[in-house]
Amino acid sequence: MQFDQILQYTLSGLSTGAIYALIGIGFSIIYNATGIINFAQGEFVMLGGLLTLSCLDLLKLPIWAAIPCAVAVSTLAGLLFERLAIRPLRQPTPINLVIITIGGSILIRGMAMLIWGKDTHAIPSFSGDDPIAIGGATILPQHLWILAITVVIIVINKFYFYHTISGKAMRACAYNRRAAGLVGIDVRRMVLFSFMISSAMGAVAGIIVAPLTMIAYDVGVMLGLKGFCAAIIGGMSSGIATVVGGLLLGVLESLGAGLISSGYKDAIAFIILLLILFIRPQGLFGKADSERV
Amino acid sequence: MKRELLKFVAFSVFVLLLPLQFKGGYLMNVLVFVGINTMLAIALNLLLGYAGQISLGHAGFFGLGAYLSGILTTTYAWNPWQAMPVAAIIVGCMAYLIGFPVLKLKGHYLAMATLGLGIIIYIVFNETVDLTGGPSGLSGIPYLEAGGIVFDSDVKNYYLIWGITLAVVLFSINLANSRVGRALRAVHDSEVAAQVVGVNARLLKVQIFALSAVISSLAGSLYAHTMTFISPASFGFNFSVELLTMVVIGGLGSVYGSFLGAALLTLLPEFLRAAQDYDIIIYGGLLVLMVMFMPGGLVRGVPDLFRRIFKSRGGADHA
Amino acid sequence: MNFRLLSFLFAAVTMLLSTNVFAAAPIKIGALFAVTGPAAFLGEPERNTAKMIVDEINKAGGVKGRKLELVSYDTAGDATKAVQLATKLIKDDKVVAIIGPSTTGETMAVIPVAEKEQIPLISCSAGSKITDPVKKWVFKTAQNDSLAVGRIYEYLQKHKQTNVAILTVSDGFGASGREQLKAQAAKYGIKIVSDDTYGPKDTDMTAQLTKIRGSNAQAIICWGTNPGPAVVAKNARQLGVKTPLFMSHGVSSKKFIELAGDAAEGVKLPSGKVLVSDLLPKSESQKKALVSFVKDYQNHYKAEGDHFGGHAWDAVMLLKNAIERGAETPSSIRDQLEKTRNFFGIGGTFNYSAQDHAGLGKDAFVLVEIKNKDWVIVK
Repeated sequence: MQFDQILQYTLSGLSTGAIYALIGIGFSIIYNATGIINFAQGEFVMLGGLLTLSCLDLLKLPIWAAIPCAVAVSTLAGLLFERLAIRPLRQPTPINLVIITIGGSILIRGMAMLIWGKDTHAIPSFSGDDPIAIGGATILPQHLWILAITVVIIVINKFYFYHTISGKAMRACAYNRRAAGLVGIDVRRMVLFSFMISSAMGAVAGIIVAPLTMIAYDVGVMLGLKGFCAAIIGGMSSGIATVVGGLLLGVLESLGAGLISSGYKDAIAFIILLLILFIRPQGLFGKADSERV
Repeated sequence: MKRELLKFVAFSVFVLLLPLQFKGGYLMNVLVFVGINTMLAIALNLLLGYAGQISLGHAGFFGLGAYLSGILTTTYAWNPWQAMPVAAIIVGCMAYLIGFPVLKLKGHYLAMATLGLGIIIYIVFNETVDLTGGPSGLSGIPYLEAGGIVFDSDVKNYYLIWGITLAVVLFSINLANSRVGRALRAVHDSEVAAQVVGVNARLLKVQIFALSAVISSLAGSLYAHTMTFISPASFGFNFSVELLTMVVIGGLGSVYGSFLGAALLTLLPEFLRAAQDYDIIIYGGLLVLMVMFMPGGLVRGVPDLFRRIFKSRGGADHA
Repeated sequence: MNFRLLSFLFAAVTMLLSTNVFAAAPIKIGALFAVTGPAAFLGEPERNTAKMIVDEINKAGGVKGRKLELVSYDTAGDATKAVQLATKLIKDDKVVAIIGPSTTGETMAVIPVAEKEQIPLISCSAGSKITDPVKKWVFKTAQNDSLAVGRIYEYLQKHKQTNVAILTVSDGFGASGREQLKAQAAKYGIKIVSDDTYGPKDTDMTAQLTKIRGSNAQAIICWGTNPGPAVVAKNARQLGVKTPLFMSHGVSSKKFIELAGDAAEGVKLPSGKVLVSDLLPKSESQKKALVSFVKDYQNHYKAEGDHFGGHAWDAVMLLKNAIERGAETPSSIRDQLEKTRNFFGIGGTFNYSAQDHAGLGKDAFVLVEIKNKDWVIVK
């Protein structure tokens, strides 16, 4: 019995964690290309979910068409956000960038509130709601979708960053923006790309999680926060480390809620994170010299 | 130094005469909160603007001050004037101890750690129901009282809160212009260089962190005694972010900037109320525009704007 | 041409004068609702209903020849804002009474202001401590949590399901419910075998439910507002939890059924009678008010009127009745409110007295079950 419970906690934690990981990678991609911590990241998660809802209800699209449609519109929103708010900034100090992304997130949330209202909305699962038993634990088909899509995205991500010219260019920007500019990389374009990619990823996260958690204009804040944590544990890497960070956070939360105290579950997760940071101030996977000046 | 003093006197006179304008109307109540928020913004500015250390958890210290005062005066029936310094000392000690490991971190790791700290404190407020009343809040906190005067009206509270706020302003200006202030700026520019010239950067950062927490706690106690009711919702992550916004919009490293930021962000919703449901959009949009067009904050942006208008007018005259 | 202009002006002036001469100044009523923010699901229907009913009263000629004027502000669910706006209503707008706020936390924060300024406050939030102990100027229309808890416990006691697991949301609504669930358990011979909470923004409650599944609970009571309980219902279905699931009146609207889908089937919850107004017998004394409220709301807002809106409906009507009985000043309104007897409202039958400013009995709630995506009354 006890083993079954722990299995269930772990499985639940992994699927929640996968979402945190996707959002976290979005944070990292932008951070690496630009040095910006994009506090509006969570809003794209919300946009993905709500746009899917509109595609399904208003445009009467089937789910396989609604999803790319929603991702495309969210990506467009990411593009506009970069063009209209980030690029025109005259003094892009890190702290000003933080405030501008906070302002942007309030703006996006406000518009979503006017468009979709304040109600929570439900989105149908991709393939039914019949539970699947794994040992003594159960999960839903949607959980498998979440895990599968997360894996696919990470693989695509890896391919993009290591095997395409523009991906390599973006990595070059992450290492040294000046040098990247000197060898002929269009840095501004890479910044724009990074915003588009991470808003698309946020939207995907929102879409695949919405059938389980429902969606409303204000879900972005909490999910964004958790994604941010995942990225930090992963040392702001846009690869596997952040995924591990997200999964770790998800499992810690779930185990904390089940075994210790449900009220303190977030606190437990954060205390462990703080301890990790105190012992390894450079992040769980960071090398000591990796601090970017 | 003389100029600083003159500025301060002018500011004090402005603050003390302001109530005559409103004659006890409702805006007085909002101005009381401008005072409390000014104190908080200054506290965070000492840390962020002078020492260059970010904190996303200052609402936690604010809340600790409020709850310690609230619990001591209700459950244990202490005198508010005793509870307030005790709360401040406890919060200061906590910040001092936690400051050592936390301030070892840099950049976004520091942001993350302070954020986590704020959230943990918030959860404790929510969960320790027997002590704090949990999410439904703690009521029946007494008003402050001094020499037979009970501070139960907006006008009285205005003078009380602003009296203390002005003291905090004066203290911060002095601190910024002292040896400590110069050392802080050195740490801000380059920690290594500061170490080399003999500044104990690590200790200094922790000390300023603790000081910042003490001022926040004081603001929290005052908040508890003017509201007479507190609930965890006022001390969450959102408020930490709002404080950060006040400091940046006002102007980093400027005490008067903190006042401008606090005043703007506290008063803005009052003016946006007419816009009803659109207020959140206007609010977000204004934040974006402010950072775009006044990247140095209000305290530098407003004089700049005047200068530019003046200049362009001059140009027009020539033509 | 000139003549036409002149006659137009003349007509305009007479019209202006006539309205000024014949209509007395409107009676100003203040309202504080959490129209945005986390409690918007309460504040929005409350504000809509209050506006609707005040319009209707004015269309029907107002109260004793005077129109009502509703001055409504959005508190965003924030206690600090609620206090500031209450002050604004009293000092700047000079209202004779205040309706709201929507949440218990905000109400507790506003109470000292109302007491000090001596303005009647009719709260639309549920916390028992608002009127217990009785405060001179404070009334409420929302049913006490204790009544809802009583309804569920009565049923459980009758069906000998005495081991109960509770799962409450960690906000004001859940905390107040949790307090009542614990306080009343002994009275009904019920044992709480598992006590868990979840955060208002949590997206997965399988951990808590797995723990409950491992306990010997015979019933699960979940206390929260959308969307949390819908997630709980879905998670329970996923885990194959067969224990009967009870919810609070916080989710008694069609929205819950829509969100939880199939997982909502068989869930039982206490609800205000507005939900099942069409199922009530003709002899039911509240029926007239309920049916007209539901119909009006549907016409105005193309949405289902819920019992949250009902709290505002009751508050406005209670005020109207007090004013009709001759009250004009805040203090006389307060006195008349306290004399309210047998007022058949949306939330129940109100009987205020000097000892009771909540005014409702146990009959304010019925226990309903969700069957085939609709409500049925559990006998």
